[in-house]
Amino acid sequence: MATVSMTVNGKAVTGDVEPRTLLVQFLRENLRLTGTHVGCDTSQCGACVIHLDGIAAKACTTLALQCEGASITTIEGLAEPDGKLHPMQEAFREHHGLQCGYCTPGMIMSALDIVRRNGNNLDEHTIRDQLDGNICRCTGYHNIVKAIEAGAKAMAK
Amino acid sequence: MSANGIGAPVRRKEDFRFITGQGQYTDDVVRPGETRAVFVRSPHAHAKIKSIDVSAARTMPGVIDVLTGAQLAGDKIGNLICGWMIHSKDGSPMKMSAHPALAAGKVNCVGDAVAVVIAESQAQGRDAAEKVKVDYEVLPAVVDPAKAQAKGAPQIHPDIPNNTIYQWHLGDQAAVKAAFDAASHVTTLDIINNRLVPNAMEPRAALAEYDAGTDNLTLWNTSQNPHVARLVISAFVGITPEHKLRVIAPDVGGGFGSKIFIYPEEVVCLWAARKVKRPVKWTADRSEAFLTDAHGRDHVTRAELALDASGKILALRAKTIANLGAYMSTFSSSVPTYLYATLLSGQYAIPSIYCEVDAVYTNTAPVDAYRGAGRPEATFVVERLIEVAARQMDLEPPELRRRNFIKNFPHQTPVIMAYDAGDYNASMKKAMEIADVKGFAKRKREAARNGKLRGLGYSTYIEACGIAPSQAVGSLGAGVGLWESAEVRVNPTGSVEILTGSHSHGQGHETTFAQLVSERLGIPFDSVSIVHGDTDKVQFGMGTYGSRSGAVGMSAIVKALDKIEAKAKKVAAFMMEAAEGDIEFKDGKFTVAGTDKSAAFGDVALNAYIAHKFTGAELEPGLKETSFYDPTNFTFPAGCHICELDIDIETGKVDIVNWTAVDDFGTVINPMIVEGQVHGGIAQGVGQALMEGAVYDQAGQLVTGSFMDYSMPHAHDLPSFHVGTTETKAPSNPLGMKGCGEAGAIASPAAVINAITDAIGSEDIAMPATANAVWSALQRAKAPKAA
Repeated sequence: MATVSMTVNGKAVTGDVEPRTLLVQFLRENLRLTGTHVGCDTSQCGACVIHLDGIAAKACTTLALQCEGASITTIEGLAEPDGKLHPMQEAFREHHGLQCGYCTPGMIMSALDIVRRNGNNLDEHTIRDQLDGNICRCTGYHNIVKAIEAGAKAMAK
Repeated sequence: MSANGIGAPVRRKEDFRFITGQGQYTDDVVRPGETRAVFVRSPHAHAKIKSIDVSAARTMPGVIDVLTGAQLAGDKIGNLICGWMIHSKDGSPMKMSAHPALAAGKVNCVGDAVAVVIAESQAQGRDAAEKVKVDYEVLPAVVDPAKAQAKGAPQIHPDIPNNTIYQWHLGDQAAVKAAFDAASHVTTLDIINNRLVPNAMEPRAALAEYDAGTDNLTLWNTSQNPHVARLVISAFVGITPEHKLRVIAPDVGGGFGSKIFIYPEEVVCLWAARKVKRPVKWTADRSEAFLTDAHGRDHVTRAELALDASGKILALRAKTIANLGAYMSTFSSSVPTYLYATLLSGQYAIPSIYCEVDAVYTNTAPVDAYRGAGRPEATFVVERLIEVAARQMDLEPPELRRRNFIKNFPHQTPVIMAYDAGDYNASMKKAMEIADVKGFAKRKREAARNGKLRGLGYSTYIEACGIAPSQAVGSLGAGVGLWESAEVRVNPTGSVEILTGSHSHGQGHETTFAQLVSERLGIPFDSVSIVHGDTDKVQFGMGTYGSRSGAVGMSAIVKALDKIEAKAKKVAAFMMEAAEGDIEFKDGKFTVAGTDKSAAFGDVALNAYIAHKFTGAELEPGLKETSFYDPTNFTFPAGCHICELDIDIETGKVDIVNWTAVDDFGTVINPMIVEGQVHGGIAQGVGQALMEGAVYDQAGQLVTGSFMDYSMPHAHDLPSFHVGTTETKAPSNPLGMKGCGEAGAIASPAAVINAITDAIGSEDIAMPATANAVWSALQRAKAPKAA
């Protein structure tokens, strides 16, 4: 066992983990933050995307110990403390960008990284191209693309 | 239409928990003292188990127990079953092999579980599973359905010759032969409907807990139909009596059919939980999902269409070999028979049809219903035949369709189904307008200038949904009735809970069902809660598949609401001292006809519970009603999808540039949700047509065993879609609904392949039409024909 400390959604956390523990396991099992999902074991589906020091990362292929001292944001940390939703969360609801909800946290976290990289005026081609690391089996992506475009615009306001 | 009533694009109630990471999927549920199950799986497709040595595994850190198939058999745990009896044409019953939850003696596909490790953590379980020593005698395998019946093919189940489960047929063989003999034109196609992996994004999971004090077992699982799981696990597998087992399917992350079935892992977790007296959880990783989830499709078909000189269809004939894999999954037998051959009439008036289906075992994962289940296979056969026939006869494909559309309803097809309503030309006409078919020739010329081959493909599909009148499916071999149940609980404060046997795993029932109740009772949308997925709460239900939850599940709610209204009128009559016959109910208010007396729904609800205005002798207190609704017919959603695409001549890469879908789903409760269902279905169908395909090598190894090898549709593989509707009401249910969940997946593969073959000028292409396949087809089309 080793001890790891990091900041998750603004709170300092410490835990004892086996060195092989993945960040996603640490989040889900140690911290009980189960919004971050596991949809594959080859780093393709993106259900586990979180932000590591502000940049999107796949928590299924990151060791918890690699995140010593890092700042992690998960889907649970996006809304304001008073419960007000992040504009990207609102956009997914408004544009029916989710069905079963399983890929959704990863989609939203990836969407925010697309905005970080490309700004608030996104075209359809950019969104589709840069969602390469996330798989959705329900929506056919049509409404996810619309949600990200609208969410990005709303974030500029 | 009220803001939240029927027809309104209401934003979904369920979304808040999902967009904030507060969904509660099976793997998110944690029970005190929980252990993890890790399965030891066969690396061989076909082998005898000579011995299993678990001694080293037992000594590993964190290991609580290691259990094998011999112990399972010793505890008299029964086999998994297929619940739909099919008889061969000679009258003999289908040949169902034994299917133990842990293999004993022999394994029949890669991934067959032979032992399970119960450990404190998943990592410890995995370490220990690697120490289980299994001595296999490897046997030759067969994976190709077309080779499974061959002389000398490996025999998979000892008592089932030629690996043949049944040889079934439907239709009038002699009449079809006579029609073909008289035909002026015959179109023949050899079709492989490629094998698919459903790949719901949430992998399957099971968590079992045993309460020694009450001898009760609870199972949380990723199920589309928890009551059916409870029934099968208790009555057939014999884990525990039905009333001692509770099954809870909480939030479920997609199903597409693959979570209908009862799987070995949930049986083993229940059995093990009682043995180790601690909760046992198993969550599949994606590799396990690829190996063990029931796959879909996998048909090999020769199909023929006979036409007269004017293009009128005279007959259709098909011979199909269907691969059901190593074991018969829960409803596998019905998919290539009554869900397939019964739809071979498509949207067309075809006087006679004959279909033969051989179902075979192979050393592959079981195959069962996957979005559309039999109907995509039928649609692909019919829609490829008619498109190719039109080209061969030098007719425009829509024109040949128009000449053969069924125009009068009801229409009895020669293959069981009685279509009750539709307007096929209306949906094709609207789709052609939206797709701007008139401008296609110009766009094709422009594409050619950019080095692209442009093609246009149609698919005018029909499906039979609702699944369905119990008597009808019973006469066809179903082991269950296919009604649905609903309970409406009105609380004393006037809020309402709907307990439904339908199960939502992405469909948005919490929203659409509440829209119905809000409109019908005139109460706020937010005063309605939907309860589903728990056998302790909902009395019984058949679950969600076959696009049935609107047409059947909501109809059950309507019937229960009728009873609520009738009872509430009696209460209101006592309250307002009026005759029951004078009470009217509208917009959430009970009024006495011809007076200004009225009572709000909530006041009547309260009076039903306090019962001060009537005695129990006159009326029972309370306001709660139940209904079981059994439909009188299948429903028949139908429509037209048009695919326009470009092919890069140099690489063969296909780029879908426009997609138009016009569907007739009858009454639409929430157009936003319906469009979303269509989008998702199209994506799965395009996936089948262009990129998806489960591939086993000749030794039976799954070559496409991860998302690195099995190509899932990504956002950049798809366009935005143009989706419209036409409407003819379904006469068989009170809401006029037909169902929308499967349409996209049923319609779209044929539209894509019809567009590709239109572009390349050759019918010589199979699914998935990858860039490599299309490029190769282009080269073959260019090559001079051998003399």
